[in-house]
Amino acid sequence: MLDDLRELYQEVILDHSRNPRNFRHPGNANCEAHGHNPMCGDMLTIYLSLDEDGIIQDAAFEGKGCAIAVASASMMTQILPGKTVAQAEKLFSSFHDMCTKEDYEPFDTDDSNGEDEDAMERLQMLSGVRQFPIRVKCATLAWHTMKAAVAGDGECPLVPVSTE
Amino acid sequence: MLNKEKEEMTKATNVVEMTAGDNSMSAFDVERVRADFPILEQTVYGRPLVYLDNAASSQKPRQVINAMSEAYETYYSNVHRGLHNLSQRATDGFEAGREKIARFINAGSDDEIVFTRGATEAINLVAATYGRAFLGEGDEVIISHMEHHSNIVPWQMLRDEKGITLKVVPIDDDGNFLLDEYEKLLTPRTKLVAVTHISNALGTITPMADIVRLAHDRGALVLVDGCQALPHMKVDVRALDVDFYAFSSHKMYGPTGIGVLYGKSDILNTMPPYQGGGEMIASVSFEETTYKAAPHRFEAGTPAIVEAVGLGAAVDYLEALGMDNVAAHESGLLAYATQKLSAVPGLTINGQAKEKAGIIAFLMENAHAHDIGTIVDRAGVAVRAGHHCAQPVMDRFGVAATARASFGLYNTREEVDVLVEALAAVRELLG
Ligand SMILES: Cc1ncc(COP(=O)(O)O)c(C=O)c1O
Repeated sequence: MLDDLRELYQEVILDHSRNPRNFRHPGNANCEAHGHNPMCGDMLTIYLSLDEDGIIQDAAFEGKGCAIAVASASMMTQILPGKTVAQAEKLFSSFHDMCTKEDYEPFDTDDSNGEDEDAMERLQMLSGVRQFPIRVKCATLAWHTMKAAVAGDGECPLVPVSTE
Repeated sequence: MLNKEKEEMTKATNVVEMTAGDNSMSAFDVERVRADFPILEQTVYGRPLVYLDNAASSQKPRQVINAMSEAYETYYSNVHRGLHNLSQRATDGFEAGREKIARFINAGSDDEIVFTRGATEAINLVAATYGRAFLGEGDEVIISHMEHHSNIVPWQMLRDEKGITLKVVPIDDDGNFLLDEYEKLLTPRTKLVAVTHISNALGTITPMADIVRLAHDRGALVLVDGCQALPHMKVDVRALDVDFYAFSSHKMYGPTGIGVLYGKSDILNTMPPYQGGGEMIASVSFEETTYKAAPHRFEAGTPAIVEAVGLGAAVDYLEALGMDNVAAHESGLLAYATQKLSAVPGLTINGQAKEKAGIIAFLMENAHAHDIGTIVDRAGVAVRAGHHCAQPVMDRFGVAATARASFGLYNTREEVDVLVEALAAVRELLG
């Protein structure tokens, strides 16, 4: 019983959930959104500082949630700085595939660059959710919210996301 | 009565024989009961299923499943319409469901039983008909701090539409309904008190007799959300003297898609219809339509026919076991589980009211409810994790989510032990 669970709750994840990185409200954030998973009551606010070239300078978050949601948000805020919005969205899409697709193959896209490979490798830690489909929303809440933040939507209730 | 129904009754009577002449808890043979629930025979992730999510929905005994298959296989058709044989039999089966419910809750007559889609629709029906017709600006509706969203939102919608005032009875840190505070909230403008009989988030049993007496003293009506009470204890709507009582079939071992609004007939018959359509009219012309009396006035369209048959079978099943036996079995389980869970390091129980039903909501140090839910699931244990559709009460306790074990008549002490063991794994994994 414990094997799949150990795969899900790896030390790295537990560390991020106990000591979340970038857990703060930065004064200079110019994009933010509130993400809510109504099923379990997880709530995250994601803050981003974008420069005029669309590069994410800083990412931070606040909120409450399960170990997976908090760890994922914490890891995301470490990964995003330095990426363009387009890169961030592309990472989300790969990460989403990693969490949901049994036959997901890492880094097989032609245009993948070294940096994203590195990010995906770190996100691999969360791939244990594949065995727990109901928890995919926990792992992706921060990313959905990041997307809402850059789109200027402000709110990201996970209700419309029915594919997971 | 239908032959098949007689057969079901005999089957149900067999259940009685096992407890014949003895109402003590030891006579409640839980293993015999479990054998009636096919779904409980399975394993999940290689572990025997331990189903502790009964407050969300309960499992169905073979007697209910069979009664419904029977209906589909032998006498299904539409009701109240055809002159043909099947329609007559389907109508009999459907109306027999109504009679059984009326008897089960001791309603004054079958006409006081309105079928709805569930408790949610039953409460909305009262808000949309009684509320819209009789409540206006400044009239007060009182609810409690531990209501399910389905007994909050309809009143807020009415507030926004009609300008009524919504007042909330506070609870204490153990989850007790504060009767004194409630009494202070009652005024001559209070028209309706809408409170739960048992809180699905805390397990609190509210002091319903006192709530009703105080409301009636001020001339207010009382609507009770009885969702969690019906499956767990004897409910007598006339002894309680409630005006409306709402509940869902699926939490009391019956099918989904059907529920009940009990209403005193003199009140129901003053209320305007709910939806318009077939079944609810006496006559229709383009100039004017006249409506049937309750309950049909509130049942527009083809109802949940076979579900009513299934609900009737669920009532037969519960009556055969005896609600007192069910209640005794579950309160034994509650006491055992409360003691066992309290001994788990780092665990706190949310909701320790003096009067409680078999619902235990809890929190654990270093473990979010959602993580608890996932981990115990791998041990075969189904619990609910979340806000239980009662966010205001969660906010009251400053928590976003709790894990909740809720017991049904087929649960055992051994299953509580499995839960406790699984919680040890939570601690092992999450520290
Ligand atoms: C106390 C309480 N009230 C109302 C409801 C709503 O019932 P339903 O969803 O069957 O309409 C529930 C079920 O979750 C409940 O537990």
